[in-house]
Amino acid sequence: MTTNAVPMSQWPSEHRYTIPVAPGPETVTVTIDGRAAQIPRGELLIKAAQDHGTYIPRFCWHERLKPVGMCRMCLVEIEGMRGLQISCATPVADGMVVHTTSDAVTTAQDGILEFLLINHPLDCPVCDRGGECPLQDQTLAFGPGESRFVEEKRHFEKPVPISDLVMLDRERCIQCGRCTRFADEVAGDPLIDFGGRGGSTEVITYLDEPFHSSFSGNTVQICPVGALTARPYRFRARPWDLASTETSCGACAVACRGSLESTSNRLVRLLGVDSEPVNQGWLCDKGRYGLDWVHSDARLRQPMVRRAGELVESSWPDALDAAAAAIRNTLDTHGPNGIAVLGGSRGVNEDAYLWARLAKGVLGTDHVDAQLGDGLPADVVLGMPRATIPDLDRAKAIVLLAPDLKEELPVLYLRVRRAAHDLGVPLVDVAVRDHGLTPYATAVLRHAPGDPGAAAGVVADALVGRPGRTKVGKAIVDATDGRDGPVVVILGRTSVAEHPDAIVHAASRLTGLPQVRFLSALANPNVHGALDLGLTPGFLPGRVSLDAGRDHFTKAWGAVPDAVGRDAAGILRAAATGEIAALVLVGCDPLAECPDRNLARAALEQADTVIAVSAFMDTAAFGATVVLPPTVWGEQSATTTNLEGRVVRLGRRVTPDGSTLESWRIPAELAARLGSDFDLETVDEVQDEIARVAPAFAGVDASLLRRARDGVVLPLADHADEVTFGRAGAGPGPSWEPILPVPEVVGDDDRSPSTSASDSPSAAVPAPTPPVPLHRWDAPPDAPSVPPLDAYALRLVAGHALYGADAIVAATPALASLTHEPTLGLNARDRDRLGVHDGDRVRITTARGSVDLAVRTDAQTPPGTAWIVANAAGPGAPDLIDLTSPVTELRVETIS
Amino acid sequence: MGLTDADQRRAQQIIDRYPYPKSAVLPLLHLAQDRDGWVSPEAMEQIAELLGLTPALVLGTCSFYTMFKREPAGALVVSVCTNLSCMVNGGFDLFDQLRSRYQESSDVSVEEVECIAHCDHAPAFQVNYDFHGPADAHGAADVIEQYLDGRLAARTISGTARQEVPR
Ligand code: SF4
Ligand code: SF4
Ligand code: FES
Repeated sequence: MTTNAVPMSQWPSEHRYTIPVAPGPETVTVTIDGRAAQIPRGELLIKAAQDHGTYIPRFCWHERLKPVGMCRMCLVEIEGMRGLQISCATPVADGMVVHTTSDAVTTAQDGILEFLLINHPLDCPVCDRGGECPLQDQTLAFGPGESRFVEEKRHFEKPVPISDLVMLDRERCIQCGRCTRFADEVAGDPLIDFGGRGGSTEVITYLDEPFHSSFSGNTVQICPVGALTARPYRFRARPWDLASTETSCGACAVACRGSLESTSNRLVRLLGVDSEPVNQGWLCDKGRYGLDWVHSDARLRQPMVRRAGELVESSWPDALDAAAAAIRNTLDTHGPNGIAVLGGSRGVNEDAYLWARLAKGVLGTDHVDAQLGDGLPADVVLGMPRATIPDLDRAKAIVLLAPDLKEELPVLYLRVRRAAHDLGVPLVDVAVRDHGLTPYATAVLRHAPGDPGAAAGVVADALVGRPGRTKVGKAIVDATDGRDGPVVVILGRTSVAEHPDAIVHAASRLTGLPQVRFLSALANPNVHGALDLGLTPGFLPGRVSLDAGRDHFTKAWGAVPDAVGRDAAGILRAAATGEIAALVLVGCDPLAECPDRNLARAALEQADTVIAVSAFMDTAAFGATVVLPPTVWGEQSATTTNLEGRVVRLGRRVTPDGSTLESWRIPAELAARLGSDFDLETVDEVQDEIARVAPAFAGVDASLLRRARDGVVLPLADHADEVTFGRAGAGPGPSWEPILPVPEVVGDDDRSPSTSASDSPSAAVPAPTPPVPLHRWDAPPDAPSVPPLDAYALRLVAGHALYGADAIVAATPALASLTHEPTLGLNARDRDRLGVHDGDRVRITTARGSVDLAVRTDAQTPPGTAWIVANAAGPGAPDLIDLTSPVTELRVETIS
Repeated sequence: MGLTDADQRRAQQIIDRYPYPKSAVLPLLHLAQDRDGWVSPEAMEQIAELLGLTPALVLGTCSFYTMFKREPAGALVVSVCTNLSCMVNGGFDLFDQLRSRYQESSDVSVEEVECIAHCDHAPAFQVNYDFHGPADAHGAADVIEQYLDGRLAARTISGTARQEVPR
């Protein structure tokens, strides 16, 4: 069960807002406006009433925040209690008789609204919130109708920016404390607070320290007035001009649910939808504001073909013919092993499947990899016992073997933080350097880059009650003693500057723990879908190995490759030596994404043919033979798979400009030109074929995906009871209340969800057993050898920043300004030892290459290591890393 | 500016008295104000650091209280009441005259306050939170001079000198 089953008044809390509830029966009977209801003991009255169809007006209370009782709008009359009570901070009690519309209550509501409006400007016509403003709505529904206030209202300078993304109009603020509580309780970034007192209370940031939080946009969504507005959206649309479609965010592998809104065929806003198992209503700012790139002038709108050395615009038939001809040519000269497909981790499930089918079933090559040396072996990701996000809340312990989640998978960070900080789940932090979750860790273990094995061993022992001699071991034993539930290991690529074997080995030391489950922390939006659907060497779609799935897929597709192919590093090496002559790049730019840029450059320079499927003229497309621009997120309906293996829908909201092709049609069209007609007309047909053919997707067809509110976790056979249908709870929420997910609407005019009458919220789902047993990860690898520490060198740690050099950030002006120049992060000790200062430019040299960067003192980086962001624009970490070496040692010289 | 090493030790003692470090915000703000005569940004940042808070939270708390001065003030804060009883007994005159008298002074800051519960002595005023009144401007200036030349012992501008933060 989810933690939502715990009444809100009993939510564990640090020391605030805890409302003591006497022990008693599990449910109590409460009569609300004459209707009796059975309600979990201790539930807050406002929530109990809402769940039973009575909406009590409110401003400060929000379902996902702790109650605070600031606005007094939720007053109700409770028989036997003196005066009126605020229902948002009153737990239900047995026999309570509550009136929410009595004279006393409506008089009080009138009074509260009249008071609120004294200090509130009535500037609705020029306010961004107008038309969807709770204050406006509730004044109309519950307010006095006219004001007796004739004095001058308060004035402030307006608006003031409180961060690069959020503006504040102070005179509109009604001091509900939603934004400040969100920043503190949920995001853990309490950079805003109330300043002043009485009529001059205002939301403040500290002097010149802005509200720099990756989650700031959520405050705009939940603000009940127009006090907080988002720079990218303000004044771009009126709510009544917006059309919306439910979708999932396509910016990272969490796949947060959102409601995508457009006006005049332009995407203007993404609001968080409250998907209980995934994002619980929140979005990060990159996902929320990463919209403008879709309409960027830099988007490619027309295919291009190289003629006489120049890329020239062409028609789709010509471009596809040219691509097919180039592929056929390579097949003739080099055979199937001369072709490789790289990328697909930023696409959708449907195109991933069809690229896999094209490569493995039609071309016969297994040199296919969605990861560019920046991920984890597919053997591990596809075969490890998988956890879901809700498992975090009920875990015995959470072990982090992952990069900084706050930067790479922001909303997963929120969920882990909530589990550790609010729900008391012990968090074990194994890492090289401090990161966003370190403050919430029960035990912190630090290790040298490339050598997490010993630390993982300590954790493994402590989690079975053997503390060893270490303090952390004891801390883990103490914290987990008597707890049951799964051990959830969050496993990702901690640093792209070290070989993944190291972290895989560390993970293998934890596989023996009872009830251990892994949550992947790979970050690319659809990397899990791409791996699940066979865009990786040695595997076929549906988490089956090439050998295990050979018969099944030979039947389905006609043919599969004979032998296991090369991974990305192998492909790039083979391309650099000419063994692989043709590279198909599916929405990826190896020069930007591969941690080893020298290798990527050599491969692209050497390859005879490069077919780039790319929405932008990136460096890979620039040198390509044929460039095929696909439609992107927001322009096509499809599905994606998140890091849990949850398949969720992506909605189509706008019609693409120019001439682009739905991304899944590109491999299908190429296949047709190469003699294999896939016979797929619609995206539903692709989904149905995946459900039929790919073993892990058994039962997950288009109709189920359309009806399942929160998506479907693979394999369905293990998660059938988690699938929910229809709409839960009461009433559609306006944007400031949690917006609940709804099943997809069929047809443009049909406003009713396409659930069949039999879809009660928990209807049983037929869950066929996969036709081929799914791959399992076993045989933990031997410990890789780690070179001894070199006292004269620094060991590099390279991870990704939220605002990196990817297309979403680069082509979205609001986000592009949030990126940073790459720097060399050094501990103060190393900085002094090297005799350099912040801002000094230094030359960094490794066995692979050399770059010049500015120095920055970084307290999070321990002595002996150096930190460089891997995905910043320009020269940086990728110029220094060799994919084959276990760690990256670097030397620093000053330059004048 | 800000807290000295000795203050830091004192701060630690104060923090240790509470189950949650955050509870020590007010006593630490007093400590800083007693030291500097106002709460400087440096002090707020140090307090935030000591308590594991963000400076925004410290500023939020600090700015709630008018008795915390966020700009340098004189060593003596004279608070003149202009609420009802004092107003009818000449509180505004007292305030205006004292204010103009000490306008140039860097030692004395004159401020207007709401009722300080000294109505039976209207017009009333405080010097660093010690009560005085009734007085006209002349009498009040006389009291202030006594503080300035040491004949009367003043509290700190947080009003804490004679009453240490309770243990
Ligand atoms: S800015 Fe909005 S959310 Fe924040 S306190 Fe004011 S009204 Fe509430
Ligand atoms: S966490 Fe990921 S999926 Fe969620 S809003 Fe942010 S970028 Fe999008
Ligand atoms: S909603 Fe209850 S006091 Fe604000």
